[in-house]
Amino acid sequence: MPTLLDFRRRIRSVKNTQQITRAMKFVAAARLRRAQEAALAARPYAKELVRVLRSTMARIESPEHPLLAKRAEERILVLVLSGERGLAGAFNTNILKKAAEFYRSKPGKKFTLIPIGKKGRDAMRRAGFTFAGEYVNVLSKVNYGIAREISKLVTDLYVEEKVDAVYMVFSEFKNVISADLTVEKLLPVEKISTGEETEAEAASSQIDYIYEQPEQQLLARLLPRYVETQVLRSMLESCAAEHAARMTAMEAATKNAGEVIEGLTLHMNKVRQAAITKEIIEIVSGASYTA
Amino acid sequence: MLPESIQLIVVTPERQLLRESVVEVTMPGLDGQLGILPGHAPLMTELGIGELSYRTSASSQPVVLAVVSGFAEVLPDRVTVLAETAERAEEIDLARAELAKARAEKRLSAGDSNLDWDRANIALQRSLIRIQVARKRHSVLVESR
Repeated sequence: MPTLLDFRRRIRSVKNTQQITRAMKFVAAARLRRAQEAALAARPYAKELVRVLRSTMARIESPEHPLLAKRAEERILVLVLSGERGLAGAFNTNILKKAAEFYRSKPGKKFTLIPIGKKGRDAMRRAGFTFAGEYVNVLSKVNYGIAREISKLVTDLYVEEKVDAVYMVFSEFKNVISADLTVEKLLPVEKISTGEETEAEAASSQIDYIYEQPEQQLLARLLPRYVETQVLRSMLESCAAEHAARMTAMEAATKNAGEVIEGLTLHMNKVRQAAITKEIIEIVSGASYTA
Repeated sequence: MLPESIQLIVVTPERQLLRESVVEVTMPGLDGQLGILPGHAPLMTELGIGELSYRTSASSQPVVLAVVSGFAEVLPDRVTVLAETAERAEEIDLARAELAKARAEKRLSAGDSNLDWDRANIALQRSLIRIQVARKRHSVLVESR
């Protein structure tokens, strides 16, 4: 039978845990807000770039560029965006599951991975995958520089024909309680989209520009930028989704801790009452004895 | 009928820097400075490293931005600048730009055979333009006192 003191200790320890989970929830909420703002701020560029790229593509009769070249998909490179840290509910597990599902959907192909985020990297290394590169500790502060570095690595591998296709597996932030696990084709560039626009916008009118530089040259400059914005977008989305998942998980943990404390307090009071009752009985029976 | 002003939009991958109605824009095209007035024919160009300046009205002081590479789309009533980086003069950390310049110069003069010339050169140009833009603002401030 646990004593009163045992209960007090347990309650105190659960309270401490609750304080930590609550703090983590607030931190995740603040980071989520920042991540959402960053994602929002990156949108105008992506949107304008897509528009410019699309009208340039339309102008060129047969657009030619190594990043547009289609090959039979034998060697596939996959960018897997996971979280940097745990305690985010099923966030990391879900992403890895989605990635595994993707490998299974293309049997007999050779996969090379580029993990982005520490949790995913650790898990995939244990699983024995080959990496073409790895990026850890980059998601806490996503910026264009990192996205650029990653897409440089990826496009170089593609242009050198070391891989035949590049996919990205990431969580797309929908709202605080749900994220969509997405697999997107990054290379070859097929469908140009910002990932959020409607069909009507996609079919908007074409303008006859004067081109200062040859169209092909412009295209050659625009395409890598496009890939960069895609990588940046997936990183920002994944980052927002991670914080949202952590926030939800920590909120649930805080609530559970509250329930545990309630249960323990109830038990403690029962034990206390039992002890008091026992003492009274002892006194009463002692008194009746002397009387 | 020509439009009287241009909507100038400057965006970088990380943010939208500017969305303003202006009467004149000068920007660093890859093949030389480009001056744009309202009613310009549709044009698409790559940008180099340089100064982008604009006036919000014919009588106002030009505002200068430092832009590094990118693209610009010109329409009769709108100019969209997609720059890799773009900064207002007041956002530039002059000391940091000077440091970057010194670093790039040192790298270029060291004559290291492993040196990535293009990269070092771009770094130098970038720091120079940032210094130039930041100084310009400084002198405007001094004059207005």
